[in-house]
Amino acid sequence: MLYRECGNYKDTYARDMAIFPIPFDRWGLGVMLVLAFLVIPYVASNYWLSSIMIPFYCFSLAALGLNFLTGYAGQVSIGHAAFMAVGAYASLILYGRYGIPLLPSILGGGIVSAAVGSVFGIPSLRIKGFYLAVSTLAAQFIIEWVLTHWKWVSGGVFGTVDAPDLQIFGWIIDTPVKKYYLVLCIVVPLVLFGKNLVRGQLGRNWQAIRDMDVAAEIIGVSLFRYKLIAFAVSSFYAGVAGSMITLAYYGAANIEEFNLLVSFQILGMIIIGGMGTVLGSFFGAGFMVLLPIFINQTLLALLGLETVPSDLRANIELIIFGGLIVFFLIVEPYGMARLWHTIKDKMRLWPFPY
Amino acid sequence: MSQKTEPLLQVEDIHISFGGLKALNGVSLEVYPGEIMAIIGPNGAGKTTMLNVINGVYTPDEGRIFFEGKERPLKMKPHHVAAMGISRTFQNLALFKGMDTWCNIMVGRTQKMHSNLFSQGLYWGMSQKEEIEHREAVEWIIDFLEIENIRKQPTGMLPYGLQKRVELGRALASEPKLVLLDEPMAGMNLEEKEDIARFVLDANEELGYTIALIEHDMGVVMDICDRIAVLDFGNKIAEGTPEEIKSNQKVIQAYLGEAEGE
Ligand SMILES: Nc1ncnc2c1ncn2[C@@H]1O[C@H](COP(=O)(O)OP(=O)(O)O)[C@@H](O)[C@H]1O
Ligand SMILES: [Mg+2]
Repeated sequence: MLYRECGNYKDTYARDMAIFPIPFDRWGLGVMLVLAFLVIPYVASNYWLSSIMIPFYCFSLAALGLNFLTGYAGQVSIGHAAFMAVGAYASLILYGRYGIPLLPSILGGGIVSAAVGSVFGIPSLRIKGFYLAVSTLAAQFIIEWVLTHWKWVSGGVFGTVDAPDLQIFGWIIDTPVKKYYLVLCIVVPLVLFGKNLVRGQLGRNWQAIRDMDVAAEIIGVSLFRYKLIAFAVSSFYAGVAGSMITLAYYGAANIEEFNLLVSFQILGMIIIGGMGTVLGSFFGAGFMVLLPIFINQTLLALLGLETVPSDLRANIELIIFGGLIVFFLIVEPYGMARLWHTIKDKMRLWPFPY
Repeated sequence: MSQKTEPLLQVEDIHISFGGLKALNGVSLEVYPGEIMAIIGPNGAGKTTMLNVINGVYTPDEGRIFFEGKERPLKMKPHHVAAMGISRTFQNLALFKGMDTWCNIMVGRTQKMHSNLFSQGLYWGMSQKEEIEHREAVEWIIDFLEIENIRKQPTGMLPYGLQKRVELGRALASEPKLVLLDEPMAGMNLEEKEDIARFVLDANEELGYTIALIEHDMGVVMDICDRIAVLDFGNKIAEGTPEEIKSNQKVIQAYLGEAEGE
């Protein structure tokens, strides 16, 4: 031991281990929160609030959930949207049918989804990689089937359940601004909670399993425990996201909104945004939500192609999305979040940053 | 090393085969508290297999295993073995590549951390206290192994020798009763080997760890180990102090045989 600066230590580590140790990040977060809470609701149009910001937040939360499981714990899932559906239907039943208050209903949707998710996580204890992905595909189909055929859940009409009016203690949540705040006030704490999870012991154990599962277990990480927790937490976030997107965006639960394509889109979001980063979940979701708008309003207009039929537009979207997934997989496997890091590093080195 | 004390670890008459191959054929070993014990032998002798049996990765077909005087089941989950106080490094690099050095070592302490999911998510109360406390312990190991300058680097990018050193840190992080090192110096240059040998000796002499290691470099083994067991084709062919092993006829033959085969 060369030196021990007693007394100094605790202070330093406590600060080093704060959630955002770098001032730049703290300021960045502060600015984002001010924008989200105080600026966007007042400057954005109703269309932007209800058709862009709300789905953006909801999909960010869903992508974060998948990132826990796939990006951090290394367990590939292509059934994530099904767990969103579980949350959506569960919270509708709790809120609409049993009159449970709104917030507990939304969290309840997450909890039901977490329970279902852990059951479908059990195969991960035996199988890995490609085979596990196929078993999550089975989860997607089984859940879709149950939700459409089990009349107690879906009411029996094509699996569609309308959302009742939203209210918290008589405060009616009817305008886009109010819905925006509802979603934001649930997303922000859950994201901070998730950030703490991944930078703590749980997140380290997940990454240990992802990087070298045999070594992790010999070192003392229970694969059983931490894989199941990954499925549960991931499904909880998916469930809450599905619940909010149903209540505050679609206005009805429809199984089509949670089909296999959506599962793939969320997987695409974390690939494009960045596997194993919280920020990447937001980049990926933002990208996904903004892409159609960008194509419609900018690209086609620039090319003088405003008259392109809408089904072709949808296909152009998919082609660009698919192309980008391939691009990121090959060129930058850590996604946009890594690009962002590179830019930050460059800025730090830049002699005249201001 | 006094042979009269109770062994810390005792494996007795271990048999295990893979398909038709008898990887261990009735091998018995003891590791005594406070010693550095070496398992040597030609490639494919069954050394790594023995560690895997001890760690619970493989369940032997026959045999008995005692730890701290108590018999433990042959079939045991590896993380339960870790909880008993046995830690391990690996022949091939086995760090968690995506994480920084300090996080890798921190995973080594996972058995000592007990805060629940909610405390961790809120980073409040027990979880915060635990994170800081264990971070201090990790920093102590980082000092001990002289790897301060790489504490915040992703381990996947580190040079081979440093990765091995971080792995040693991860194994020591759990403050184990027994440390198993599978070829901790394989593939290193002389200087790196000397470093690791020094850390292993310090861990044993200053920190009091009991160590069982597998190593091919006879010079190092003779220098730092108290006792040596020699495996060949799944059988223990000799056991004793470095001097005894050096002059053992069977050992010389086993090694000469390998040299001729090459
Ligand atoms: N999981 C396994 N499956 C099949 N054969 C194995 C397995 N593990 C080890 N073996 C075989 O057992 C023998 C001993 O291997 P090992 O213990 O790795 O030798 P070493 O003494 O070089 O560490 C080798 O022939 C090896 O091929
Ligand atoms: Mg070996």
